[in-house]
Amino acid sequence: MARRDRHIAPLNEPGINEPVITVHDLYKAFQQNEVLRGFNFELQKGETLVILGRSGSGKSVLIKCIIGLMKPDKGSINVLGNDILSLSVQDMDKLRMRVGFLFQSNALYDSMTIRENLEFPMRRHLSNLDADEVNKRVMESLEDVGLAHTVDMMPSELSGGMQKRVALARTLILKPEIILYDEPTTGLDPITGAEISDLIVEIQEKYQTSSIVISHDMKCVEITADRIAVLLQGICYAQGTYETLVASEDASIKQFFH
Amino acid sequence: MKLSKTTTEVFNEVGELTYFTARFFREIFSPRFEWREFFRQCYVIGYKSLPLIGLTGFIMGLVLTIQVRPTLIEYGVEARIPAMMGLSFVREIGPVLSALIFAGKIGSSMGAELGSMRVTEQIDSMEVSGTNPYKFLVVTRVLAATIMLPVLSSLSDVIGIYGSYVAFNIRGAMTLRLFISEVFNYLKFSDIFPAHIKCYFFGFAVGIIGCYKGYFTRLGTAGVGRAANSAVVVSSVLIFILDLLVVQITDLIGIG
Ligand SMILES: Nc1ncnc2c1ncn2[C@@H]1O[C@H](COP(=O)(O)OP(=O)(O)O)[C@@H](O)[C@H]1O
Ligand SMILES: [Mg+2]
Repeated sequence: MARRDRHIAPLNEPGINEPVITVHDLYKAFQQNEVLRGFNFELQKGETLVILGRSGSGKSVLIKCIIGLMKPDKGSINVLGNDILSLSVQDMDKLRMRVGFLFQSNALYDSMTIRENLEFPMRRHLSNLDADEVNKRVMESLEDVGLAHTVDMMPSELSGGMQKRVALARTLILKPEIILYDEPTTGLDPITGAEISDLIVEIQEKYQTSSIVISHDMKCVEITADRIAVLLQGICYAQGTYETLVASEDASIKQFFH
Repeated sequence: MKLSKTTTEVFNEVGELTYFTARFFREIFSPRFEWREFFRQCYVIGYKSLPLIGLTGFIMGLVLTIQVRPTLIEYGVEARIPAMMGLSFVREIGPVLSALIFAGKIGSSMGAELGSMRVTEQIDSMEVSGTNPYKFLVVTRVLAATIMLPVLSSLSDVIGIYGSYVAFNIRGAMTLRLFISEVFNYLKFSDIFPAHIKCYFFGFAVGIIGCYKGYFTRLGTAGVGRAANSAVVVSSVLIFILDLLVVQITDLIGIG
């Protein structure tokens, strides 16, 4: 327990202390399997925080708790000033409009065209838009990811990298303030993975979003991270910039970087 | 008292299914019904299962008529074939046969479709984008199944009776018109009504089991196959149990 929340480097430079997500003392277990055991972190406005952890360490569980898809056993989560554990369904829906989520498996609706996929989040949240505006938004989002020509195709006709881009376009369509990426490069070849990582940085610069990127792909971490939190044994084992963590002498941290 | 693991699992599942069903009745009346998805499901369900239900109904009418004929001739009541086949189809064969085909075709595809949507996080994705996935996926499918099965079953009755007419006319001659008027001479409201009502229950059972199995699929892709499979098994057994119950109830209150 001595290592809990040990800061390898002091992070909060003066001037950027405006957290958009605060997670405090989060616990989540599935029967005997204690996945999160007191996890803490803050996401500052405008930064990209990478949460680094091995497969099965509970990274997806953590961000699913943040977006309200899972209920933690204990702890508090504050997103954009809302305590999400006490939010009503309606308020949660409103909040979700401001928080985008890119699923590990893309989660494109495979019975719908790309256009219908992108329109889906708008049918509820922006139902006041007229057809022209909806179309404009769809095309704008697809252009952001360089795939405007796929608008009338089905998801199954696209390659893995293109599906990831379309999924990102669907996330962008509501112009979220925060984007959560669940292993954006897993399952892609290294070159496509690097392209997606570059795209994440591009989107961050264009829309000034705050992001959490979950990953164990060091290339992606290096490209995207402003700051890294290491998820190990259910706690935030260490935090720091890429440079400080690379230089770390701790064996558990070293294994990520070799 | 210590219950074995499987017994506990069965009770758990029955509890979960009850809760899932209760949620259907709660959400169907809350605002923003997904009309478009509902009509799409009705169309898809009808279009997918009609050929199979028609074909099996036709063959069943044909084969049964050929097989009962010698016995009926022995008793000299060959002329009662239309009445007998009409009654059997409307009261039992039409509803149960279509329900079983429906379970195999529609129940399994609901289990597989929702199951793969679950494991590829599409259901979570709907929730995140502000659409209630239970209303969008489950309510529309279950309602469409409930409404479509009685329609399909009636068509199966008609096609089955026509099959019977075709078989009857292999040896013997009767006009279609006479055959049909013979069928209707012996059909009473109390034959048609309970049989029609039970089709709604069969359709609901197939829909809710298929959706339940798919909606709670676990363990990745392997789970999808299991969801589809157990959707068919459970709903087929449930169809027979419901059939038994309906017979008892209609007997008890004196219709049928
Ligand atoms: N719905 C669930 N039910 C039971 N166990 C789960 C569930 N979701 C995740 N787990 C368990 O939690 C652990 C962490 O899973 P996950 O967060 O998906 O890992 P990853 O870090 O690879 O994203 C795993 O051991 C997994 O088995
Ligand atoms: Mg994961």
